[in-house]
Amino acid sequence: MSSALGKDLLGLEPLTAAQIKLVLDTAGPFKEISERAIKKVPTLRGSTIVNLFFEASTRTRISFEFAEKRLSADPVNVASSGSSVQKGETLVDTARNLEAMRIDMVVIRHGASGAAQFLADRIESKVVNAGDGTHEHPTQGLLDLLTLRDHFGRLDGLRVCICGDVLHSRVARSNIWGLRKMGAEVGVCGPRSLLPNAIDAFGVTVFDHIEDAIQWADALNVLRLQLERMQAGYIPSLREYNRVFGVSRERLERAPKDILILHPGPMNRGVEIDSDVADGPHSVILDQVTNGVAVRMAVLYLLAGGRPDLAEAAKGGEGRGVGA
Amino acid sequence: MSAAAPTRVLLRGGRVVDPSQRLDLVGDLLIVDGKVEAIGERLGIERDQEGAFETIDCAGQVVAPGFVDVHCHLREPGREEVETIATGARAAAAGGFTAVCAMPNTDPVTDNQAAVGFVLRQGQRANAARVHPIGAITIGQRGEKLAEFGEMIAAGAVAVSDDGKPVANAQLMRTALEYARSFGVPVADHCEEPTLAHGGAMNEGVVSARLGLKGIPAEAEEIMAIRDILLARRTGGHVHLCHMSTRGSVELIRWGKERGINVTAEVCPHHISLTEAAVEGYDTNAKMNPPLRTADDVEALQQAVRDGTIDVIATDHAPHHYDEKEREFADAPNGIVGLETALAVNVTWLVKPGILDLPQLIERMSCAPARIFRLPGGTLRRGAAADVTVFDPTAAWTVDPRRFLSKGRNSPWAGQTLHGLVRATLVDGRVIHRTESA
Repeated sequence: MSSALGKDLLGLEPLTAAQIKLVLDTAGPFKEISERAIKKVPTLRGSTIVNLFFEASTRTRISFEFAEKRLSADPVNVASSGSSVQKGETLVDTARNLEAMRIDMVVIRHGASGAAQFLADRIESKVVNAGDGTHEHPTQGLLDLLTLRDHFGRLDGLRVCICGDVLHSRVARSNIWGLRKMGAEVGVCGPRSLLPNAIDAFGVTVFDHIEDAIQWADALNVLRLQLERMQAGYIPSLREYNRVFGVSRERLERAPKDILILHPGPMNRGVEIDSDVADGPHSVILDQVTNGVAVRMAVLYLLAGGRPDLAEAAKGGEGRGVGA
Repeated sequence: MSAAAPTRVLLRGGRVVDPSQRLDLVGDLLIVDGKVEAIGERLGIERDQEGAFETIDCAGQVVAPGFVDVHCHLREPGREEVETIATGARAAAAGGFTAVCAMPNTDPVTDNQAAVGFVLRQGQRANAARVHPIGAITIGQRGEKLAEFGEMIAAGAVAVSDDGKPVANAQLMRTALEYARSFGVPVADHCEEPTLAHGGAMNEGVVSARLGLKGIPAEAEEIMAIRDILLARRTGGHVHLCHMSTRGSVELIRWGKERGINVTAEVCPHHISLTEAAVEGYDTNAKMNPPLRTADDVEALQQAVRDGTIDVIATDHAPHHYDEKEREFADAPNGIVGLETALAVNVTWLVKPGILDLPQLIERMSCAPARIFRLPGGTLRRGAAADVTVFDPTAAWTVDPRRFLSKGRNSPWAGQTLHGLVRATLVDGRVIHRTESA
């Protein structure tokens, strides 16, 4: 069964603007479910979903699990530690064994770029990429888009600057593709040693100075700076990073307008973002988390073959939609 | 047949092309007792005499000196499940190669005279393409201490190389070039500046940035290429640059050759035919080191093969087990098999588009490699060992790795229809491979 999104969700680069809009539109009704006392609809009743997490994750794993449970699917969590994966089982064998148990979907988080596609090419089950190496993290990209659209009422013409370690960031790639497809202007700002050498091919504006990015942008999506990058010598120190590239209240106050602040988390307070910005009035960091569950519900629903026009009905708890 | 009777083989009516003697004619090639006896438009042999010969009809085929591959990995000793010297030598014969040079990155490393002798003996037993061992530059290929070149060469090594790894230490490379000069063999270097290439899985560029794979910049190769060229200038030693992959390297080699520096270079069929775009979809059969580069690099390499800046085409045949390639891209090993597709890839991407004519292709695949590595073969001169390849330069066939004689199946051309098909391969006048049908 081919869904409106295709068999799998591997990234935002292969999606069309219409498909992205569909996910965002479908997320709307699902968002409301999470506001209810009984946060459950029977839409995916009987579906089994495996959350296959080869990398540590709290937020994304829990967000997927809530999405699955609120749609009444049966999720099984597999973490790499303590599983056969740690005993040296290959990814392809893990996949085939899962498939032999007749599952419907796999949500995979893996440290290798392309791992989600590798899995999708080899199994019949639908695959959702929950982050593969430094490639893409499409549901994060979608929830960022939803958060921006909720706030501004549009994406077209919006100026969004992605700040920090773009080189190693799957969040950055998914954001760049998603935002550009939806008509937003995208900037990136960070030390050149943490930008891809080929950044010009991404159709973005590069800002060497965070001050310039702040003058330009409607919103900043501030990426987590991983400690390993400093240890690997990409930047000399976290202290200098904060002083040169950090998003601080002082810098934001010099902006011509209020700037919306996003962060995919987990945050390094005092490194890429100062606490008074993260907790400030223009931060939508917790809205992103809320939207994450809704966007993932929408993705699971659409991949399962749910019809977009029935999402409202599904919300009504009638159990229609999938396979209807 | 009595033991004393001479064996005569007649390759009849082919287009005999031997760039080593500027020969290109339609006629017969007569082999007597394993050596080339005569080439002529009609050797005065009447049809009724043909019973005295083993005759191979070569009408419509090209008859050429056998191909010589100066760079392949036969995996024995150590990884016999992936390839053995016997299966590699038979795969070579199927690809029209009459001689191959086996790189020493085996387990244990071919870094001493006994190990060289082993490779040589296994090659003789294979009774297929000739196998010439290459000895390691450093003990264990650890890049620390020179291996015993003199003894390895006396035992049959034809060159020294740490291929698979660069010689990172410049002083050591300098000494290797000087020391190898004493024995008249080339030092074949895998040009890769290790700190720049570290952790890289493909060419650094737009595709690597999009796919989120760590890139290997062209400069990782070019920095070592120019270092080696300058050390060859300093020492007078012969440096042979393996598997060149970038436009910059071509320009540096050209610079060196214009100054009379003793540098030769090779390119692989995959680098003149494929670009980094083949990695899309994370296809591990497009993963090799050096990586597939850009269309601009491919164009520069094709031009360099044509004008002679690149001397030879070598396969870098690198078989891997199916399981090793069936995994996440970053973790998959580098390399593809190439012996059985080299001719067809070269014909399809160099000859058909008119970049090389057939004599030029044969020069790059046979004459030049034999000459540069001072190997027998690469010629059909009278009295030379009759190492001959007969091939159909236009026949189309579809690559099916399951039919390879190599144990390796990792080919980026699987399922593609290519042109140029080996019909027969002879070593010392004996047929070691024949393809009956495509």
